[in-house]
Order: sequence, then C-alpha cells, then structure tokens
Amino acid sequence: MRRIAPLAGVLALLLSAAAQAADPHLARNLAATCANCHGTDGRSAGGMAVLAGEPKDKLLASLKAFRSGDKPATIMHQISKGYTDEQLDLIAGYFAAIKPAGGAK
Amino acid sequence: MSQHTDFGRRGFIQGALGVSAMAALYGCAGAGKGKGHVVVVGGGFGGATAAKYISMWSNGGIKVTLVERNAAFVSCPISNLVLAGEKQLSDITIGYEGLAKYGIKVVQDEVLAVDADKRVIRLAKGGDLAYDRLVLSPGVDFMYDTLPGLNSAAAQQDILHAWKAGPQTVALRRQLEAMPDGGVYALTIPKAPYRCPPGPYERACMVAHYFKTKKPKSKVLVLDANEEIVSKKGLFTKVFNEQYKGIIEYRPQSELRDVDAKNRTAILEFDKVKADVLNVVPAQRAGDIAARSGLKLVNGRWVEIDWLTMGSTSTPNIHVLGDAIFPAPTMPKSGHMANQHAKLAAAAIVNLQAGLPPSDAPLVMNTCYSFVDAKNVIHVASVHAYDPATKLVQPVKGAGGVSAAPNELEGQFGLAWAKNIWADMLT
Repeated sequence: MRRIAPLAGVLALLLSAAAQAADPHLARNLAATCANCHGTDGRSAGGMAVLAGEPKDKLLASLKAFRSGDKPATIMHQISKGYTDEQLDLIAGYFAAIKPAGGAK
Repeated sequence: MSQHTDFGRRGFIQGALGVSAMAALYGCAGAGKGKGHVVVVGGGFGGATAAKYISMWSNGGIKVTLVERNAAFVSCPISNLVLAGEKQLSDITIGYEGLAKYGIKVVQDEVLAVDADKRVIRLAKGGDLAYDRLVLSPGVDFMYDTLPGLNSAAAQQDILHAWKAGPQTVALRRQLEAMPDGGVYALTIPKAPYRCPPGPYERACMVAHYFKTKKPKSKVLVLDANEEIVSKKGLFTKVFNEQYKGIIEYRPQSELRDVDAKNRTAILEFDKVKADVLNVVPAQRAGDIAARSGLKLVNGRWVEIDWLTMGSTSTPNIHVLGDAIFPAPTMPKSGHMANQHAKLAAAAIVNLQAGLPPSDAPLVMNTCYSFVDAKNVIHVASVHAYDPATKLVQPVKGAGGVSAAPNELEGQFGLAWAKNIWADMLT
C-alpha cells in the first residue's frame, strides 16, 4: 500500500494537468502551419518575413490587421481568416519566444 | 509500443489504471519526449518533413529512419519552370544531408513489403527494418493499366508524364527543345483527383511562354478529362485567352482513352489527336507501397486515414501522408499540404509515443503558387480545421481564396515559398 500513495499523487497531478490543457503543444502545432512559407519556427530562409523573436503584440497586431483588411496583402488576408483570435494569440506568443538567430534546432 | 515492454514492478498498476494512464506515467518519467523507433518511407514534401519534425519535437527521443529510393529530393513545384527553360534541374534538387543534424538516419533503399503484424518492413538491399510506428509518404503511382498503349516501358520512354520531377522533367524539356517551330505540344489531364490540381494549367502556361518567346508558331493543346479547369479557373481562363491567345487551345471533357505511342497520338472518345510532343499525365492512385500493404483504400485508390493522427483507419501504427491519402473535402493533393499532413502526424506521433493523446484540434492550411510566365504568379490558399462532428478537417468558411490577377510580387513570393518549404523539410 505504501507504494501506491506517491503514484496516486502523480496520477492526480497528471489528470489536473490534462484538464488544464488538452494539448500542451497547441501553440507549437499551430505555429508550424506557418513554417512552409516563413521558415521552421519562423526563421525565414529568405524572401519572407522573419517571425521568430518578433514581439508578440506586433505579430498579433499584424495578423489582425491582415484579417480585417487594414493591412494590404497578397495572401495573408485570406489565410489569417482561417484562424480564431485564440489561435492567432497562441501563434504570436510562440514566435515571440523563439530566438531569431542560430540553427534550426 | 516497445517502450512499454519493460515495466518491471510498475506493471501491476497497468490493469488498474489502463494502458494510456500507465503510458502517461511513463511519458512523464521520460520528460514527455516520446521514445521508440519511427521509420518514414518516402523523402518528399510529406516524408522528409515528418522525419525532421518527429525528431525535432521529440528532442531526439524518438529514433527516426528515413527510407528513400532516390539519392536526392527533386521538387515537383518549380519543375514547370525547368520545362520552360527558366530553371535548371539542379535548382530544384536538394540532398538529404541536412537531416543528419537532427539525428535522422537516411537510408537509400526500396521498400519491398510491410508486415504490419510484426511491425517490420523489408528493404531491397538493407534487409528487415523494425518499427514502432511507420509513416508512409509514397506519393502517387500511375494507373497505366487504364491506357493499354502506354502500358510498356518502351512506350513510357517516348510518351512522358514528367509528373514526378527528375529525369522525366529533363527528358520532356529535351523533347520541347527538339520540336521544330510550328509544332504542337499536347498535354492530357486526368479526371480529378490527381497530384497538384493547378499543375497542368501552369504547365500549359509555361510551355506556351517558352513557345511565345522562342518558337512563336507553335501551339499548346490542353486535353482535359474534366468538365472545366479544376483550379484557379477564372485566372487560368483569362491567361489562356489573353496572354496566350492563338497559342493555347483548351479542350474540356476530352478524356484520354488510349495512346498510340509510336505515332504520338492521343486517342479520345470521338477523336484522335496527333502531336509533335505528347505529354500524358495518367490517372493516379496511392503509391505502390501504400496501395499493396493491406491498408484500407477508398475507391481502390487512396488510403483512408484518421484526421487526428493521419493513422490508417484499418492498420495500427501506420500513418500515411500526402498525395496517397483520400483527402478531406476540398483538400488538394499538394506538396504544401503533404508538409502540413506531416506536422499533424509528427505532433500526434510524438504525443502517442509519450503516452499522451493526440491533439483534438488539428489545423492544416494550403498555399499553391502557379507561374503563368517567368515572372507572374497566381495563388490559391485555404485553411482546414478539424471538425469533431464529421471527424474530418473541413475548409474554414470565409478563409482562403485566389489572387486578383497574375502579378510579379507573387512571382517573388512563389520562389521564396519554394526556398522556405524546401528548408522546412530538409534543413
């Protein structure tokens, strides 16, 4: 019986963590949908805007301006409409936390 | 999963808590990295991306082996510029050495068979390779059995598809170069779905661009099995009728029934069309290894998958990506989409190998740039989000769209897209 007590504690902790966030990697996964054009983790390989390390507020303002049509775009006005406010917030937060320089690790 | 075989004394709670809770405990102990061996078959837009992202997102915890038959990746996107003489094959060819820094083992070999029960694949040269999870990204193979006159190696050497970039791209370029001015290039398009919906129309434009600048008396004849242009219809129609007036002739509802290879003649239902260069894009299905491994297929052609994991609906521990799958509604078969499939699968596989459930809200998006000449480009874009009611990723209403008109700015973005997606999959 003594062995079960700590395991039950771990389990309770895990279950509460699971209740808080069904998918702890949601921001990373959503941001990865941008990487085809903007480079892995937003580190552009050239010719597209670098997203890595940009301030979250700036990224979010850009995305929302694309979505509203306030910021002229060739394609981002159409793509940004596919994401909810919450999703855009997660994406902007993810890229803001990435170091812009260095290898793709 | 192999990491669960060594429970030792912890095994006793497996029955009480269930396998997933036990696996969650294990995953926690392993810092949530995920473990095991994933074998990826096919190093294209889907497979190479999957290999990289599984390794990267598991922090190297999951061992990844990529099996690819070719020595280097050759991109289908941008290959129509090679046909037009605007790019060289070397511009669209990239080696796999960039994947080494992620700890990925790249094996150049051919997969002969999959044993899903034993979780082993058989290689032509390298013997047997065991996996915990298998990712198949084999692209398409051609249904030559529907075209008896083209169902031989000799005929296929003369009548090219160039729908897989590489030697065929170079060979078709040579045929176009050798064609005298005043000749006819005919391109046949199969019924949708096929790889790259706007690709044939881009090809018609790029060959017409080459003719207009170098062989102005020559013609492009598009024989389309579909009712109408499949992708970017308004934009391509305008380009055909204005920019390439007198060069491109577009014929819808012109399904190819057979080929007279010796006479370079396309045989339609009521007509025969002789060309100087005949370019046949045959009907397609999931690549051979996926089609013959016992996975459930839709219409006998495309692998049915679960959209939370890209897992086969019939066969555990096998995930399938890219052009080989039966797509969700309005989803194109494209390199960009294959790259997105790969990330969806990678996220799910890393979670599953750590004993965590896959994300319940996957999202994928597509962008496709088509060149109408050397500089001007048109795009189509879409976003697709998981819908629990249908268990499919569905197009997000109000999102996506096409270019207003061909433009040079998107010409630059089209090339930058290629550079970035190649880097996203291979470096």
